[in-house]
Amino acid sequence: MAIEIEQPRVGLSKVAVSKTHGEDSPYFAGWKAYDENPYHETSNQSGVIQMGLAENQVSFDLLEKYLEEHSEASSWGKGAPGFRENALFQDYHGLKSFRQAMANFMEQIRGGRAKFDPDRIVLTAGATAANELLTFILADPGDALLIPTPYYPGFDRDLRWRTSVNIVPIHCGSSNNFQITPEAMEAAYQSAESMNLKVRGILITNPSNPLGATIQRSALEQILDFAVNKNIHLVSDEIYSGSTFSSSEFISIAEILETRGYKDAERVHIVYSLSKDLGLPGFRVGTIYSYNDQVVTTARRMSSFTLISSQTQHLLACMLSNKEFSENYIKTNRERLSKRYDMIIKGLKKAGIECLKGNAGLFCWMNLSPLLEKPMRESELALWKVILNEVKLNISPGSSCHCSEPGWFRVCFANMSEQTLEIALERIHKFMEQRKRN
Amino acid sequence: MTQTRYYRTRSPEPEKEKTGGGGGTAMRVIVPLQGVVQGRGGLVLGSIIPCALFYFLQFYLKRNRDDPDDKNESNSTSQNPTTRSPSSEHLTELPGLTRSLSRALLSPRNSGPVSISARVSGIVKGGDSPYYMGLKRVKEDPYDELDNPNGVIQLGLAENKLSLDLVKDWLAENAREAILGNGKELSVSGIAPYQPFDGLMEFKVAVAGFMSQVMENAVSFNPSQMVLTAGATPAIEILSFCLADTGNAFLVPTPYYPGFDRDVKWRTGVEIIHVPCRSAENFHLSIAALDRSFNQAKKRGLKVRGVIISNPSNPVGNLLNRETLYSLLDFAREKNIHIISNEILAGSTHGNEEFVSMAEIVDQEDTDRKRVHIVYGLSKDLSLPGFQVGVIYTFNEDVLAAARKLSRFSATSAPTQCLLISMLSDTKFVRTFITTNRERLQRMYVQLVAGLEKMGIKSIKSSGGFYCWADMSGFISSYSEKGEVELWDKLLNIGKVNVTPGSCCHCIEPGWFRFCFATLTEKDIPVVMERIQKVLKPVN
Repeated sequence: MAIEIEQPRVGLSKVAVSKTHGEDSPYFAGWKAYDENPYHETSNQSGVIQMGLAENQVSFDLLEKYLEEHSEASSWGKGAPGFRENALFQDYHGLKSFRQAMANFMEQIRGGRAKFDPDRIVLTAGATAANELLTFILADPGDALLIPTPYYPGFDRDLRWRTSVNIVPIHCGSSNNFQITPEAMEAAYQSAESMNLKVRGILITNPSNPLGATIQRSALEQILDFAVNKNIHLVSDEIYSGSTFSSSEFISIAEILETRGYKDAERVHIVYSLSKDLGLPGFRVGTIYSYNDQVVTTARRMSSFTLISSQTQHLLACMLSNKEFSENYIKTNRERLSKRYDMIIKGLKKAGIECLKGNAGLFCWMNLSPLLEKPMRESELALWKVILNEVKLNISPGSSCHCSEPGWFRVCFANMSEQTLEIALERIHKFMEQRKRN
Repeated sequence: MTQTRYYRTRSPEPEKEKTGGGGGTAMRVIVPLQGVVQGRGGLVLGSIIPCALFYFLQFYLKRNRDDPDDKNESNSTSQNPTTRSPSSEHLTELPGLTRSLSRALLSPRNSGPVSISARVSGIVKGGDSPYYMGLKRVKEDPYDELDNPNGVIQLGLAENKLSLDLVKDWLAENAREAILGNGKELSVSGIAPYQPFDGLMEFKVAVAGFMSQVMENAVSFNPSQMVLTAGATPAIEILSFCLADTGNAFLVPTPYYPGFDRDVKWRTGVEIIHVPCRSAENFHLSIAALDRSFNQAKKRGLKVRGVIISNPSNPVGNLLNRETLYSLLDFAREKNIHIISNEILAGSTHGNEEFVSMAEIVDQEDTDRKRVHIVYGLSKDLSLPGFQVGVIYTFNEDVLAAARKLSRFSATSAPTQCLLISMLSDTKFVRTFITTNRERLQRMYVQLVAGLEKMGIKSIKSSGGFYCWADMSGFISSYSEKGEVELWDKLLNIGKVNVTPGSCCHCIEPGWFRFCFATLTEKDIPVVMERIQKVLKPVN
């Protein structure tokens, strides 16, 4: 009870003043630099190019074409069905047609290798909300979730801020391409135990952010076994599942469960969203898919705090249930992302930079450790500052992703035009040339 | 007068014992032992200090549990009981305890199903209050004049269908262009990418203008002081997170909107202290009652962080007058606490009384502005709950900054914002809508009240909202919550009418019911009256 009543200032809560939102970290500092001096193809060619935002802009035209040709998705004309149910008190179940469309879309992405029941889908306003919600449901304040490093910097905020849950990292390294091993998981678990933290679950992102690579089948099996063994939950954030460069390389935890006859499924929960695969982060569409009835019921009730606009659900239900559109979109989007990836890898290689072999996502995991003065976090941050301020590229330093090896950077390639990407690659090339000379 | 708490037997405490999330005898034994083992300062201090703490805690808990006026305890109605008793709040302040508690009590690993958190495990078993049960029944068997004349008529949901036709017509004409183009070329790239989570500035400007309009231009709202959220529900929760810590409390006048129990308390661990309003004062807020509740809380060691008022109020439909609002501000200043003013029905006033926003009360130069926060939304006044648009309006820069960041978990959808920018900028439409809507609300209100009056059911004079607050205490078998719920049950299952019993709203006097009229047509009213008449059997 620190605040005295005599003081004129009326106090705020610990949550409100906490720094757990993490917006003071380099990950976000780079964004600020971009906001102050954003690159523009014509009007600001010396500005900072944003390569720190994992946004997919490569397939807008497909969306636009659909909306142009299908006015019923965005309107409520005389012919448009179900307006009353749309605008009126839509409860936390969400539109059945939309849940069905999401279930189908998720099945399509997985090539039909897993089935999804629309009644197990809980809708949230974005995956950020979905992850936070699951954390509230699966863990109590003071408990811990195990997360493989490197991981999406936003997790520090999304999973911990209001929930008071801890993250204990599962350290992965470049010696085996950052794959998750049983030894690493066990070490993390022991580490949590030694800190007196009760581990409630393990959260994986598959395909991984920031690695840009899918998790292999054997690893998934091991992760599930680990969760069963410790009797904890497994959350699989599959937000990039539709952004794999080839349809066959992504294996969802749902497929693993399918082959096991859904034994041990009640501890598995999948998070999905349309922000990455469909490039619609502004629509705020996320889902939790859980095989656990209790979790579904609770999540549904809790989703009252983060419902998706019925108008948005209606629009997307129309779009996603159009098989022609969705099949073509998935296929074309994959091809374009793959092309972009090849482009950036080639460009970086020409500049003498290696990347982790990736097969998914909107970014690549770049290795600049040879450039570090010392193999330390400080050197990485110094290099990051140079790249931000001199090369004028905002990329994400591995330390903000909790990578245990300094020198790795995440570079996004899908949130800009091809021309801009060329410019960025040129700048990198120039920078590397300069360094060689010095 | 005592209330038999019909639902007290369904308190979450038994669940807590099982999951080990809150109180429990086993915990009290383990705690001091843990302290001994881990205590610094040697075995002696290591045993004395934890034991002293333990006994102090025990004494404290015993005091609280025996409090006869138990209304102020974690007001867990069965709908969304929090499993956190006040005792668990104190436990979290002693860091070693909860962790060892949960580890010690949960079943050993590898046995039994994987558990969910204690903070929500109670919810799964709850959710069966009359409020939610009634809504479910209507969904299963909804009345329709032609297709289902024996279905359940909905008077339990505060939504407004009366003016939906106006909105529908506007959307039919304008929606498509509005979502994508706003007059410009069709552009997905305008709405698809990441937007500021707290809303597009253009949309804030439109909403600020709308808020001003519905409040008769008595006050103007600055868009830069707004945070938009996916509905008013997260707006309330976010403010709760920002203004209070776990274990703190808000004073809330009763009867209040049942959803507050979820919005204010569930994930935040914040308590609600009931401040009873009585029929003798037409359920108006009394500052004396606020003061009493504040002092009682203080004695119990509960830190009050603010007052939450709803104006117009739900379920009564009262407006708070200027004088009361000034007195409320004085009270808040004196206690150095916040005021959350839920003004979501400001545009749904009817009748002659003047609506005064808290924004008007707070002077331009007044430093007390920092303690005032207004919640608004488009669900009620614009009949668009499905679109999920809520507003936090605050004069406090720090709250603004925190709420902005938290809005990422509950952001409004971009295409919806674009659609509404168009709609709200259509000043002719908005003006017509507000006026017509008010007229229709007034008409329905008058008819409903008259119909009830004919059966000897009096209502509190209401000037806002979609409902009337009616006294049916003359018709309940026993003057208690049990009697009230029995009548509710008869009305639902025999009369096939879903109304909200006052106990769901924590009304201190049994027998009051909320009747929502904005989901009805004029033709429905006589049908409703007939059905109610069927059920009523006057009791002395």
